Amino acid sequence: MPAKRIIPCLDVKNGDVVKGTNFVNLKYAGNAIELARKYSEVGADELIFLDITATLEKRKTLLELVNEVSKVIRIPFTVGGGISEIQDIDLLLKAGADKISLNSAIVRNPQLITDAASIAGSQAVVAAIDVKKVGKKYKVFINAGKTETEREAIEWCKEVEELGAGEILLTSMDKDGTRSGFDIELLLIIQDVISIPLIASGGAGNTKHFVDLFAETDVDAALAAGIFHYGDVEITLLKNELAKNNIEIRT
Amino acid sequence: MIGIIDYGAGNTTSVKNALSELGVKFSLTSDSEELDKCDKIIFPGVGEASSAMKRLKINSLDDYLGKSDKPVLGICLGMQLLFDRSEENNTQCLGVIAGKVTRFNSENMKVPHMGWSKVKFEKETSLFDGIKTGEYFYFANSYYAPVNDFSIAATNYNGLFSSAVNKGNFWGVQFHPEKSGKAGLKLLENFIKLC
Repeated sequence: MPAKRIIPCLDVKNGDVVKGTNFVNLKYAGNAIELARKYSEVGADELIFLDITATLEKRKTLLELVNEVSKVIRIPFTVGGGISEIQDIDLLLKAGADKISLNSAIVRNPQLITDAASIAGSQAVVAAIDVKKVGKKYKVFINAGKTETEREAIEWCKEVEELGAGEILLTSMDKDGTRSGFDIELLLIIQDVISIPLIASGGAGNTKHFVDLFAETDVDAALAAGIFHYGDVEITLLKNELAKNNIEIRT
Repeated sequence: MIGIIDYGAGNTTSVKNALSELGVKFSLTSDSEELDKCDKIIFPGVGEASSAMKRLKINSLDDYLGKSDKPVLGICLGMQLLFDRSEENNTQCLGVIAGKVTRFNSENMKVPHMGWSKVKFEKETSLFDGIKTGEYFYFANSYYAPVNDFSIAATNYNGLFSSAVNKGNFWGVQFHPEKSGKAGLKLLENFIKLC
């Protein structure tokens, strides 16, 4: 079986990495290229860049960033954030991205998953799904978590797989930024309804949270941002600790 | 000079960047005359088998590759296309290596096989020089080549499959050396210097 993956997530705004809590209150966390290089060197298995720049220059800036990143790191990386056009997906992959993460756009236009998979293969298409518990239901949110949709997480996860997504990046909005541990309850539900790889996101606060995640669930990868950017959890030490707990990890 | 086959099947940027890091000169091309001038050929590929074969045929690169006596390294889909057939849209491939590429069974495992898996060497070859057996390499594949007479490495994904093959001047790796950190760079360097 593949090793469990540790994936730092870099929320990028105008070339800088930022991090907020519950999708708001953004703070500077470092230069994107420098962080990418650093994470690659300390053993990150993969990187995800989510562009949150909201300007007309966005596409150009993002392409330049992807180009630079692909020059400095030799590990796979995913790019996402407001991507809705098949042409942009093509350009980002040609600039060196390995996978494209799609979120709001596929809720509005699910066919985009199939179109993207047909030009690049399913392995290049990540369905990013932001989920929050509303009453007793897990609902899907879009627009960086600002807008609730009619969709329920369980059904949507099944659907994105059928449409051709190669992987699901599942963010628990209830846990995101809280540093109180991954949303094991949600992940256990979702892992049983899909047969594509699952990346857990939201809630990582310390090393034990990762150990618990991999011990209690069957997820393939764990994503975190702030705890890595601010040095609260060192990736090398985290991976050593996971290995000590008999979790297969690339050290 | 290393020729990188350019046939619109996926991302060649990472391969180019890896060769640049190694300080190797390369030419990204779909022109067989240009390939004639190269010492070795890298045959990358991601995406779907039948459309990749169609695009190879546009410039008769299928014939060129199949008959080439230069060292050729197929990467990912590039390795799969070296075989007779692929189950992916029942595609006839280059036929360099006998056998059929098949799909992982999604009933009992996750498909695609995605992430860093161990590559166990089955034969000693110059391609693996200075790399330890059991090293992790990065994979992203839904189809695989079964272990066969030409397997030089195997990887376990609910059973062993061929993660590297060699027949004469033809080499293939199912993983992405250009995305596999230092070990991947070493493998590319070995292909360029030793194979």
